Amino acid sequence: MVDKIVATTLNCSYGKVHSIKQLNLTVFQNEILGIIGPANSGKTTFLRTINRLNDMLPGFSATGTLTIDGADIFAMDPEALRRKVGMVFALPLPLPMTVYDNVAYGPRRHGITDKKEIAEIVERALCASSLWEEVKDRLNESAMKLSGGQQQRLCIARTLAVEPDIILYDEPCSGLDPISTAKVEEAMVELKKKYTIVLVTNNVKQASRVSDRTAFFLMGELIEIDQTAKLFVSPKDKRTEDYITGRFG
Amino acid sequence: MKSKKILDTVIEKIIFCCGILAIVFVVLIFGFLLKESFSFFKDYGIINFVTGKLWYPTSAPPRFGILSLMAGSFFVTLGAAAVAIPLGVMAALYIAEVAPVSIRDFLKSGVELLAAIPSVVIGFIGMVTLVPLVRTVFDLPTGLTAFAGSIMLGFMALPTIVSISEDAIRAVPWNYKEGALALGATRWQTMYRIVLPAALPGIIAAVMLGLGRVIGETMAVMMITGNAAQIPAGIFEPVRTMTATIAAEMGETVKGSMHYRSLFSIGVILFMITFCINFIADLFLHRMKR
Repeated sequence: MVDKIVATTLNCSYGKVHSIKQLNLTVFQNEILGIIGPANSGKTTFLRTINRLNDMLPGFSATGTLTIDGADIFAMDPEALRRKVGMVFALPLPLPMTVYDNVAYGPRRHGITDKKEIAEIVERALCASSLWEEVKDRLNESAMKLSGGQQQRLCIARTLAVEPDIILYDEPCSGLDPISTAKVEEAMVELKKKYTIVLVTNNVKQASRVSDRTAFFLMGELIEIDQTAKLFVSPKDKRTEDYITGRFG
Repeated sequence: MKSKKILDTVIEKIIFCCGILAIVFVVLIFGFLLKESFSFFKDYGIINFVTGKLWYPTSAPPRFGILSLMAGSFFVTLGAAAVAIPLGVMAALYIAEVAPVSIRDFLKSGVELLAAIPSVVIGFIGMVTLVPLVRTVFDLPTGLTAFAGSIMLGFMALPTIVSISEDAIRAVPWNYKEGALALGATRWQTMYRIVLPAALPGIIAAVMLGLGRVIGETMAVMMITGNAAQIPAGIFEPVRTMTATIAAEMGETVKGSMHYRSLFSIGVILFMITFCINFIADLFLHRMKR
């Protein structure tokens, strides 16, 4: 297994709030790493640190190292980093434009002007997020008209169109119905063949369904990380057991 | 119990009257304008009035052609738009998106303070500073030109444009920006491709309201545009606007005379223009709220 993302003694804080403490964590290539944990456990902070979206927030600071393919992300140009590390947000957020333009947005920003090439990228991305069949006749409609589940898969397609290496999912199904959730999960499992996926979820069952390994965060600390099958059947830490059996959180 | 109910109805009625009063005033003003102008249009002809190039209200026979006045208003407004729109929208973008919080508050209140300067003061400052400058820099016989007026009026429209545009830009959901940034777009790409289009209805409304103020502005233009009732050949010539004509001549007319009624007719035209502009601005503002 190849190490893709490696965090070493990573500490993150917003002003005085210390939200990630001494984190050591490795994400392997082509796996889905599920991150579970109650609110304020630092899981979303970790995700948003990987693509440096937290840089935008006032008072944010990070120490320690975080590398992708061995390169320090804090030394990278943030735009180049975000091209490599795509992100799907909790709420589906189509940009206020057509379905087609939403997917074409990223490639266009990165300098692709050939219309044929863009059309190919759009189709490929929509197929990969299993949305193509549903929207191929509605590409010129406003993306706002799609259903919630379709919007979320559109956001996945938009992320894929940039051709990243890594996809970060931040509670991607929290606003979706079970059928849409199943479709998003299906797409995720399909995508791990090509991409490395980090999935933050509040839904413990979702982590057990799709992730290869699962990490449990609590109050900014990594409590336990293991193969999903192991972690859910025989957790080593009492707190992990309490959380996954629903005794708190 | 019963007295409370009566009080309730009375208050309700009073509030209703206050609310309806605004509309009543508008209708009355418009009615009064129309009454005076209708009789003028009947005597002089609305086509002659709107298309006539000569404004000689006291010659014999008098000529009431307001084409040159409309051209004056048009030139000055266009010039003011060219000054105020780029400056205003970019200032709004800076205040809303780029400036750190401390500077943002300072700038925003500064811009709003600009709106509080009385127009006669702006006219006066323009007269003593800008007008001589325009004359020497462009080597003109007089600095009292449409150009000088445009610049000063542009400044007068700025606070409205900046303030409302800034609100519109800030109303763009943070999530849109994050979504675009997460795709690897740069800050400027995000602003240009996502934030500006999303805020566009609000920005258009801001521009319209700002220009509405420019067209209706009287004092400053009267002081710095030179007041020559001619169709200007360029922006460096004196012009006279519709508003300045009304303000300058109303005092010397005989009540009920042709001249007197012609000024009311200019008022009607002006009212219709500003009404249209405000109406368009309103349409866009409502679209933004949806």
